[in-house]
Amino acid sequence: MSVYLDHAATTPMFDVAIDAMNASLRKLGNPSSLHTEGRSTRKDVEDAREKIAQAIDCLSSEVIFTGSGTEADNAAIKGLFWHTDKKVIIVSSIEHHAVLDPAHWLVEHEGAELIEIPVNSSGTIDLDFLKKVLAERRSEIALISVMHSNNETGVIQPIAEVVQIAGDIPVHCDAVQSFTKVPLSFKELGLFAMTISGHKVGGPLGIGALILRRAVEIPALLHGGGQERDIRSGTLNAPSIVAFAAAVEAHLYDAKKVAALRDLFESGVVAARPDAVINGKGAQRLPGISNITFPGTQSDSLLLLMDSQKVSCSTGAACTAGVHRPSHVLMAMGLSDVLSQSSLRFSFGTTNTEADVAYALSVLPDVIERGLAANAVGRK
Amino acid sequence: MRIIAAMSGGVDSAVAAARAVEAGHEVIGVHLALSSNPQKYRSGARGCCTIEDSHDARRAADVIGIPFYIWDMADEFHEGVVENFMSEYKAGRTPNPCLRCNEKIKFAAVLDRAKAMGFDGVVTGHYARTRESENGRSLHRAVDPLKDQSYVLAVLNREQINGAIFPLGDTEKVDIRKEAQARGLAVAQKPDSHDICFVPSGDNAGWLRDRMGSEVGPIVDQDGNKLGEHKGAYTYTIGQRKGLGLTVPTEDGSPRFVLKIEPVTNTVVVGPREDLAVTSMRGERPIFCGPEVGAAPLRGFVQVRAHGAALDCTYYMENYQLVAELDQPLLGLATGQAMVIYDGDRVVGSATICETA
Repeated sequence: MSVYLDHAATTPMFDVAIDAMNASLRKLGNPSSLHTEGRSTRKDVEDAREKIAQAIDCLSSEVIFTGSGTEADNAAIKGLFWHTDKKVIIVSSIEHHAVLDPAHWLVEHEGAELIEIPVNSSGTIDLDFLKKVLAERRSEIALISVMHSNNETGVIQPIAEVVQIAGDIPVHCDAVQSFTKVPLSFKELGLFAMTISGHKVGGPLGIGALILRRAVEIPALLHGGGQERDIRSGTLNAPSIVAFAAAVEAHLYDAKKVAALRDLFESGVVAARPDAVINGKGAQRLPGISNITFPGTQSDSLLLLMDSQKVSCSTGAACTAGVHRPSHVLMAMGLSDVLSQSSLRFSFGTTNTEADVAYALSVLPDVIERGLAANAVGRK
Repeated sequence: MRIIAAMSGGVDSAVAAARAVEAGHEVIGVHLALSSNPQKYRSGARGCCTIEDSHDARRAADVIGIPFYIWDMADEFHEGVVENFMSEYKAGRTPNPCLRCNEKIKFAAVLDRAKAMGFDGVVTGHYARTRESENGRSLHRAVDPLKDQSYVLAVLNREQINGAIFPLGDTEKVDIRKEAQARGLAVAQKPDSHDICFVPSGDNAGWLRDRMGSEVGPIVDQDGNKLGEHKGAYTYTIGQRKGLGLTVPTEDGSPRFVLKIEPVTNTVVVGPREDLAVTSMRGERPIFCGPEVGAAPLRGFVQVRAHGAALDCTYYMENYQLVAELDQPLLGLATGQAMVIYDGDRVVGSATICETA
């Protein structure tokens, strides 16, 4: 059998989303055209926008469709920075590279100053640090960006508190992993901006959205036809938008089931390998992500061995050359360079079963043994 | 068998992996990332460690239909090969990093890791052959003399040879390209790589100067008379004639050659061509691919460069060193190079040249 435990990377499209996408692909009409066909496609897009707005509790005009979560993060970080003449950007040290890299780019090219909020050993950000920085430098701060939950560990961050501490400073939140998995309200959180993505929630690859507070007009990354509040020009990708909304509307994610599978897996792992450490276990986590350190191993060996046993999981980070790199998230939590390269991420979805967990647990002990042996010769 | 195919992104390793699959092995493709800061694009015919090369390897694995992973061996490569390359030059010797890489990385770090993970061996695109006999497996030259790589594999011991598969040794390079084309491998016409992969410019002397500085020192004749100055003794090679920049001519107008490099005094000694002649050599750290050589003299061939001639010699062991006495003198032999002994086309073993006479 083969077992897919990498739902945080991407998860199967729901049938309703595939059906909606197929129907839209067969339809003619540029949503910006004024004739009958154009209006019809535009209606599909606007229906979709309303469904997504409803799911995330925002105004439909606050939904700006993008080509990916990464694009939405870039638009938010760069846009909110260019929106003001303040120069300080605050992000958490465990952000996805889609947030960290545009922030570093602004430091290198636009004179920004970057402050990273540290996390504790459970992977939760240090709110006292944030309070202290704001007490000293509030007037200089352009924006704050903290993810809703971490993509490697699943640890949920205290966004409501961040917004409260921030006051009138714009706060962006990358909610790509959290959306549809845990309760999430754009309005209640009081955010300026939020990022979501289609393929993490049963929709297609290549569609995301920036949720941007009404009347906040940030400079665009893409200029052209003026679509999406003039913030994201480009012909609207109607089939993907429609499918994204269909997946969100169906809301087939079963958080309780996924959390039970995750817990079953983790207790099995710890029983088999008492030295295994579940990262972020002490914190509030998403239902489906389990990040586990196996001391004395190397993640890339473990991944190869799991893959050859038909279990798909993830090592976390890889550089452009495809080489496994120590995870900045785990290192921010205090793990050493070596231990952070001895970790695997298993992420569960609604399509997983108890039999999947049993199979993964059945191959794990041998994989770890071989991984330990491979590491022992590699480091002699 | 379950084997790891080391895939550089070139045509040879791609065809080797494809042949291993056809031979019935369960093959997993692995590209070794040997540089911690790889260049994006391949420049000319040098190197195999760019992101473009790793992409080529991945596409070859896709076409062959095998899993593909990248193993980060940058630290091992730096410690085992690059640092050794520099320290050897610093000591006045001329190392061959390709041998070192085969000995320390491809058939050590990779093979050991593969075995620990439950694989039986490593397949590579080297041009060499192995044969089974009652004495075990032996290493032989490839049929294509222009591509034969048995010289750079002569650092492998018996255990390493037993874990290695070289499917290309029976075929000429031109036919490997044709086969790659027929198999639909996009790398079929990719140029061969030459020179040292971590010196993409091909300028070894410049590369060494950038990393080790260029301390000026004297160029002297055999009597110690100063003839000129050099910019770092380690950038010279025994037998080198060009680039000495000497303005004092010899009495008879004959050219001068580098005879000796003295790293401690940072001195380069030059002299006439005939003084380059070497009739015997001794090598340290002997490694035998087959039965060990003893004190009794044997007849065979010695080769001292990757594509050099096989020279008739008598060889034997003495004081833990491998000795080869040449039938005909050889001009210009640097210490640090590998001496590889052949019995016909069979590789007997190798050693690192430490003394010549």
